[in-house]
Amino acid sequence: MSEGLHLAAALDGAGWHPAAWREPDARPAELLSAGYWKDLAVEAERGLLDFVTIEDSLGPPADRTDRVQGRLDAVLTASRVAPHTRHLGFIPTAIATHTEPFHLSKAIATLDYVSSGRAGLRVRVSASQADADHFGRRQVPSREDLFDEAADYIEVVRRLWDSWEDDAEIRDVATGRFIDRDKLHYIDFEGRFFSVKGPSITPRPPQGQPPVAVLAHVPVAYRLAERGADIVFVTERNAPVEGPAVFTDLVVFLDDTQQAAAARKARLDEVAGEEYASDAEIFTGTPAGLADFLADWDTPGFRLRPGAIPHDLTAITRGLVPELQRRGLFRREYEASTLRGLLGLDRPANRYAA
Amino acid sequence: MTKQMHLAAHFPGVNNTTVWSDPDAGSHIEFSSFVRLAQTAERAKFDFFFLAEGLRLREQGGKIYDLDVVGRPDTFTVLAALAAVTERLGLTGTINSTFNEPFEVARQFASLDHLSAGRAGWNVVTSWDAFTGENFRRGGYLPEDQRYVRAKRFLETATELFDSWRSGDVLADKESGEFVSRADAGSFERHDEQFDIHGRFDVPRSPQGRPVILQAGDSDEGREFAAATADAIFTRHGMKKEGQAFYSDVKGRLAKYGRTPEQLVVLPAATFVLGDTDAEAAELADIVRHQQVSGQTAIKFLEQVWNRDLSAYDPDGPLPEVDPVVGENTIARGRASVRMYRDPIATAREWRELAEAKNLSIREVVIEKTGRQNLIGAPETVANSMIDLVDSEACDGFILVPHVTPGGLDPFADKVVPLLQERGAFRTEYTGSTLRDHLGIDVR
Repeated sequence: MSEGLHLAAALDGAGWHPAAWREPDARPAELLSAGYWKDLAVEAERGLLDFVTIEDSLGPPADRTDRVQGRLDAVLTASRVAPHTRHLGFIPTAIATHTEPFHLSKAIATLDYVSSGRAGLRVRVSASQADADHFGRRQVPSREDLFDEAADYIEVVRRLWDSWEDDAEIRDVATGRFIDRDKLHYIDFEGRFFSVKGPSITPRPPQGQPPVAVLAHVPVAYRLAERGADIVFVTERNAPVEGPAVFTDLVVFLDDTQQAAAARKARLDEVAGEEYASDAEIFTGTPAGLADFLADWDTPGFRLRPGAIPHDLTAITRGLVPELQRRGLFRREYEASTLRGLLGLDRPANRYAA
Repeated sequence: MTKQMHLAAHFPGVNNTTVWSDPDAGSHIEFSSFVRLAQTAERAKFDFFFLAEGLRLREQGGKIYDLDVVGRPDTFTVLAALAAVTERLGLTGTINSTFNEPFEVARQFASLDHLSAGRAGWNVVTSWDAFTGENFRRGGYLPEDQRYVRAKRFLETATELFDSWRSGDVLADKESGEFVSRADAGSFERHDEQFDIHGRFDVPRSPQGRPVILQAGDSDEGREFAAATADAIFTRHGMKKEGQAFYSDVKGRLAKYGRTPEQLVVLPAATFVLGDTDAEAAELADIVRHQQVSGQTAIKFLEQVWNRDLSAYDPDGPLPEVDPVVGENTIARGRASVRMYRDPIATAREWRELAEAKNLSIREVVIEKTGRQNLIGAPETVANSMIDLVDSEACDGFILVPHVTPGGLDPFADKVVPLLQERGAFRTEYTGSTLRDHLGIDVR
């Protein structure tokens, strides 16, 4: 990755704490509105963040009436708000287990066109029988198979992105040909779980290959990240993964003083009726304290999960970011216009180009 | 009082009516082209924007077809982005019921409806070909006779999902701590010959309740499906006489479903060529037809009807003496239009008679027989004929298909729409905010 810290915000509903929606500045009635998501994206871009991720699931909503229920398709949410921004990357989540790689490949390619090169993709698996029941096609595969299937899925999505060479469109009036069909390629993928013929119906996206991300905290997921991802979200220090750019996940509760942050977190826990637990480390403190914490880390990328939105997102963009800038650790303006560019990744050659 | 018509804008697609060789023709994939057409349509107070879909690149003679525009975006994703740059325009697109699952599609349409504040529309199409199925992990292709069963069950299932949340289920009440009013909102269960699914849908009821449903089927089965389920029907019957026959046929099917004629809006696809005078427009239309049907395109088109390789023939020469190959069309794949020629021998006979009578070449026959411009003339003439078609119950409005991307609708918006408005045949302002408001069709 390019020099300096890299920061992303993980957007999900009213924030990651289950009681976040009851905070005074929360907007729980607007979680399904475009305006809400637009405001969050604009705020993230104001803070010069590399990208936002948008969580998704194909499962049932929470089974408690005191928790946020309902969510929108993440790819569509990203596409809806991307035109309101100019630099921020968008990495929506997609569930490989139950969706078609052909559809997803063209959806992310289209998001890349809509955003002029700022699309990414985070691939998840689903091991839940409740999710599988929404599709009714099959039983949940074994964990090994789920991840092997996801690896094939990423491979197919990537081949489809490359299935058009960049200069395939020729518009040759003399011969009447719109494309040079020799520059379109069947991907002919045949794997253990499915086969896909190709080519894509969508030309190669502006970035060539939008970055693919995977969240990993177990060996089988680290292997998936190494096989197919450009970005890996990790939840432990010194995660055993090599290759993809590492972003460490942290849940953050940020206030002007340590005491205020701790008190707010305690209040949220009390409202929720239990202490908040997460797969990621939880940071409760001041933006300056978080800056110290990040500066000491051995990897430069962080995906911050705001405990409550907008409070903790704004604390990242207006508290943490200026603090890091003062220390010379974070960009003062966007230095690239694509997501790959922000991450310091070159535009890759097409695997099918001669 | 003059009847109010409905207007929609079709993004010029992957077929030979789109003239990519025009010097003004822009990108078919850059977002700016979609923005341009959608904003023109909204400026002209159109009901909706329409985007077609095809899930496998078309092939002819075993090779990817390269003479027309190739390449298109993902329907859902581009419609969601267009919601950001428009405020009232309906956003409709084709989504296939064969190569998708209802839970995912219902979720995407409910999401689109939320993200556009009630402007989503779904053209439900059905497909059965194994050729397209090769792009999908589930294969998913069907025996032809089951495609409407699949589409029907798919739409029923999606409807159950849309209706699984009621308005008012989401309280989001910070004080009481109740986010929803009932724990089982979203519950659904479907067991039929196509789907065996149950669980809870996770998108609360969207502004329109359900997206507007469009249908484009033309067979008896397709018309029946539309009469039973659709809010609007997209047809190719744009001429007056055949339009009237189609119109009375589909409207006549509504009563048995307890529906009134105004609950199904009939919209033919309509191409147009405008000129300062009718004579100038006719001249331009001829030029456009020749752009749409190049010599190469004419041969390819003839192959689709003849169902055989005719690459050795000269497009400026006479029709082939050999007869079409009868049976399954194997020359062209991924192309629904070949089904229009169900009796190719009869078609060939008809075309030969025409060629003989008028002394026409292959290219000229194809130009004549595939004439796609419906509305040709000075703006006044075009406005008159549109009003006449609506008043004489040939249709309720039009889905306009410009032949140039992205600016092809501009002259229509600038010159014809004001005339329609003056005549009281088309709205001068939007009176509602949702697509259902524009079409005047509530959720049943």
